[in-house]
Amino acid sequence: MRKIVDLFTSLKLTIVCLAAAMALIFAGTLAQVHLGIHEAQQRYFQSWLVWWPAESRGFRIPIFPGGHLIGAVLLVNLIAAHAKRFRWTWRKLGIQLTHAGLIIMLAGGLFTDLFAIESHMRLERGDTKNYSEDQRHTELAVIDTTDNDLDQITAIPESVLKRNRTIDHWSLPFRIVVRNFYQNSRLRMFAEAGTNARPIANQGPGAMIAVEPIPRTTAADERDVPAAAIEILPKDSGGSLGTWLVSDALGAPQGFSYGGRTWKVVMRTARYYKPYSVTLQKFTHERYAGTDIPKNFASKVTLIDPERSVNRDVLIYMNHPLRYRGETFYQAGFQQDDRATILQVVHNPSFLAPYVACVIVAAGLLVQFGFHLVGFARQKRSTTK
Amino acid sequence: MKRFVPWIVLFVIAGWIAGNWVPPKAAKDDFNLAKFSKLPVLVGGRVKPFDTVARNSLLITHGKQELRLEDGRTLSAIDWLADVLFNAPVADQYPVFLVQNDEVLGLFGWEQSQRKYFGFSEFAPFLKQIEEQGDQADKLEAVQRSAYQSAILNLRNGIVLYQRLKNSVQLEDTQDFAAELKNYAASVPGAARAAAQAQRGENFDKQKLNDVAELIQKYEKLSEMAYILAVPPLDQSGDWHSVGDSLLHSVATGEIHPIVFEYAQIGDAYRAKDYAAFNQHVDLATNFSSKEQPKAVKRTGFEFLFNRLQPFSQSMAIYVLGFLLACASWLGWNRTLNRSAFYLLLLALAIHSFGLFSRMYLQERPPVTNLYSSAIFIGWGAVIVSLILERIYRDGIGAACAGAIGFVTLIIAHHLAGSGDTLEMLQAVLDTNIWLATHVVAITTGYSAMFLAGMLAIIYIVRGVFTRSLKKQTADSLARMTYGVVCFATLFSFVGTVLGGIWADQSWGRFWGWDPKENGAVLIVLWCAIILHARWGGFIRQRGLMIMAIFGNVVTSFSWFGVNMLGVGLHSYGFMQKAFPWLLGFMISQLALITIASMPLENWRSFNATSDTRDEELPATSAA
Repeated sequence: MRKIVDLFTSLKLTIVCLAAAMALIFAGTLAQVHLGIHEAQQRYFQSWLVWWPAESRGFRIPIFPGGHLIGAVLLVNLIAAHAKRFRWTWRKLGIQLTHAGLIIMLAGGLFTDLFAIESHMRLERGDTKNYSEDQRHTELAVIDTTDNDLDQITAIPESVLKRNRTIDHWSLPFRIVVRNFYQNSRLRMFAEAGTNARPIANQGPGAMIAVEPIPRTTAADERDVPAAAIEILPKDSGGSLGTWLVSDALGAPQGFSYGGRTWKVVMRTARYYKPYSVTLQKFTHERYAGTDIPKNFASKVTLIDPERSVNRDVLIYMNHPLRYRGETFYQAGFQQDDRATILQVVHNPSFLAPYVACVIVAAGLLVQFGFHLVGFARQKRSTTK
Repeated sequence: MKRFVPWIVLFVIAGWIAGNWVPPKAAKDDFNLAKFSKLPVLVGGRVKPFDTVARNSLLITHGKQELRLEDGRTLSAIDWLADVLFNAPVADQYPVFLVQNDEVLGLFGWEQSQRKYFGFSEFAPFLKQIEEQGDQADKLEAVQRSAYQSAILNLRNGIVLYQRLKNSVQLEDTQDFAAELKNYAASVPGAARAAAQAQRGENFDKQKLNDVAELIQKYEKLSEMAYILAVPPLDQSGDWHSVGDSLLHSVATGEIHPIVFEYAQIGDAYRAKDYAAFNQHVDLATNFSSKEQPKAVKRTGFEFLFNRLQPFSQSMAIYVLGFLLACASWLGWNRTLNRSAFYLLLLALAIHSFGLFSRMYLQERPPVTNLYSSAIFIGWGAVIVSLILERIYRDGIGAACAGAIGFVTLIIAHHLAGSGDTLEMLQAVLDTNIWLATHVVAITTGYSAMFLAGMLAIIYIVRGVFTRSLKKQTADSLARMTYGVVCFATLFSFVGTVLGGIWADQSWGRFWGWDPKENGAVLIVLWCAIILHARWGGFIRQRGLMIMAIFGNVVTSFSWFGVNMLGVGLHSYGFMQKAFPWLLGFMISQLALITIASMPLENWRSFNATSDTRDEELPATSAA
């Protein structure tokens, strides 16, 4: 037991962790050239272990601790060392402040990794949306459109589609059986696909489309196109309504009717609904005179929140986001000759941690190095005298 | 007598600089190009003098800021630009374009020879080919291009720039521009009336329209080609226009902008070698601009001065001298040499600071806005800290560091300036002075300190291994300095990195995105933390500290340049492939120094000479 305590409070462990972090970051940065920023981040920094080979489903071995593991050990080491050696003296104040700040920062980073949600809102001029979309995840939306005023939506996340063969939810009068699921795919009409392609669906446009699985994309500006074949089986009677091909490359929802109600199914980017709506009034993209260098992007939107009796215009532009109800809207990009704006929507409950930590650590370092400097100046004076 | 030597050295060097700065006397019967080159124009989104346009354009196409002709004459940038603007057939013959790639030469059926520079007229038969090949290369990312593709793309860009320059103020084949404009001015009102009548479906005088149709076609071409927007707005809030644009607007207003007339007459006088008329119309244009755009004219006048003084190359020369004197002071006659070095370096710092603050004034920005200015700022920060160290210790070490780092960073800056205007406009997200002034300045100050610590360590190693001059006292004070500078670097790198995170949180919604530049910054912070903890834990002593500080140079150079070469991420604003061998060479040299430093102490000349001190017995710096 003593040995374990000694290990976790030792300065050697700190140095080993810091060196490991450097090696990991260096390797991860170089890997970004081939993997893209997101994938390298997943493999190296947001993981407990770095595996080799990374792709293989079968045999693989861990070759290096991942970012989460190093961060966690460092955090334990920090807390343990200070708990053991804590002395309330002025001389140690700087060091203690610095490390307290670092603890807040590491913990905040971990918290952000676990709980922050990033999504996008793409708006053309005049568009109103009360949801943002997660570009990295898709969902299968089953929509009951019988009622003219209100759609009942049951959204099934991609992760469930991937894992479960049969989806049986209380809100639906039928079961959904996932026949095939492709993380990334290319859809082609039969006429183009050649002879040995076979349909995986028998209803809707999917009956004429060949699905070809392809490796996951690594480019920063591309995304996977997941596709699945789903069979609809009524709960109360036997038989099958048919098999549909769903993919967000298909676009429009496909409809069918069952039990006197009309239904639509569509695979689309996962949505986060909000209790308020945002309407794009105007998007501006300024350039410096006589150049293509962008000077500013700005979106003028109207924010309407009936719950809180809010109806106001907001200008979102570079370095000036809109913060509202725990979410922050940033001007992230634009599309199609400036017709559409893309807002990044971030929900991060621990966004204050780095601000607080920064101030504490900076103060700690100042105090600590200030002591050095004063001591050094005294020493210098006494030697020159 | 000895007391005066440092002052004499200082005055001699200051006098030499002042001599460089004396403006050349303008001959009476010659074009007053100096005055012409101060006129304000808008290029690349910024109002600047013709002088800057000339220098940058020549730098892009030719690689230098002056042009040597085959007959041995040397043209200044503005001499060249005046010919390009007003007398294109002559300028077409000048050997401007640098082509060294043998595959590019082979494209035109030329063999590689002694000649590196070619005139525009020589490329005239191949323009279509150059454009096609350049377009193909342009489709690739910079990282993927072969040497041939980079070279042909460079040539294409240079030729496009040159052709646009030629057609900025007038179409290149125009002879009597002023007369043409008078004719245009006379027929515009009639034509405007006729056009309005035609639009309403009334009878109109077709001849009146035909009068200007041909000219309008010419001006449309001129407006399309123009690189320089030379026509200032008539009110403070309006936009700048090219000459062609302005002439097209004249159809609506019925008037020709006065400055367009002036430029036409300036050009005609230039071609006719009529010095008096040229100078008279340059005066008129200057007066007009100072009345309409007083702020811009003041600024362009200052920029002209800044261009002429070349503060960075002047201070570069003095830094070298200061470095040599400081090194010499370790070999003998040390007090005098030491003080001379210190005074010279203060002079160099003053000129360096003048350059830095001038750039801030011209750009109305904090000091660091691109890779070029980061080099200037890193040098500046490191020189200041070094000189403070020198003031405290007076042993020539701070002075040697100041000289070496000042010189090297300015050399680096000089080589980063090849892509044109170093005072370029900032991309939208960077358009915020608060973050540029805090995050960027803190990060680059951190770089400065890291390089300074590395330089101190190099002095320790080189003096210790190769000379007998490293006494125990010197070694101790070097260790103290290095340690202090690493502390300084830790503070600034950490604060800078976190401020960067906060900026990212403010503008993109995430504090940390694992972007390569962010990773580079955090590597520095981690390395500083490792050095300090290893020091506090007693795992390293003097020599270990020095070795780790030298490795800090490797980490910092990777963070400063290396990550930009990866070509990924949001910070890849300064991609440069050419610098890669240099970066690699620097890193290898640092690793070599580390290897040398790891030799057993018996092989060190210094410690061997003083006593048989062993590594374990080397004095540790006073742990704080």
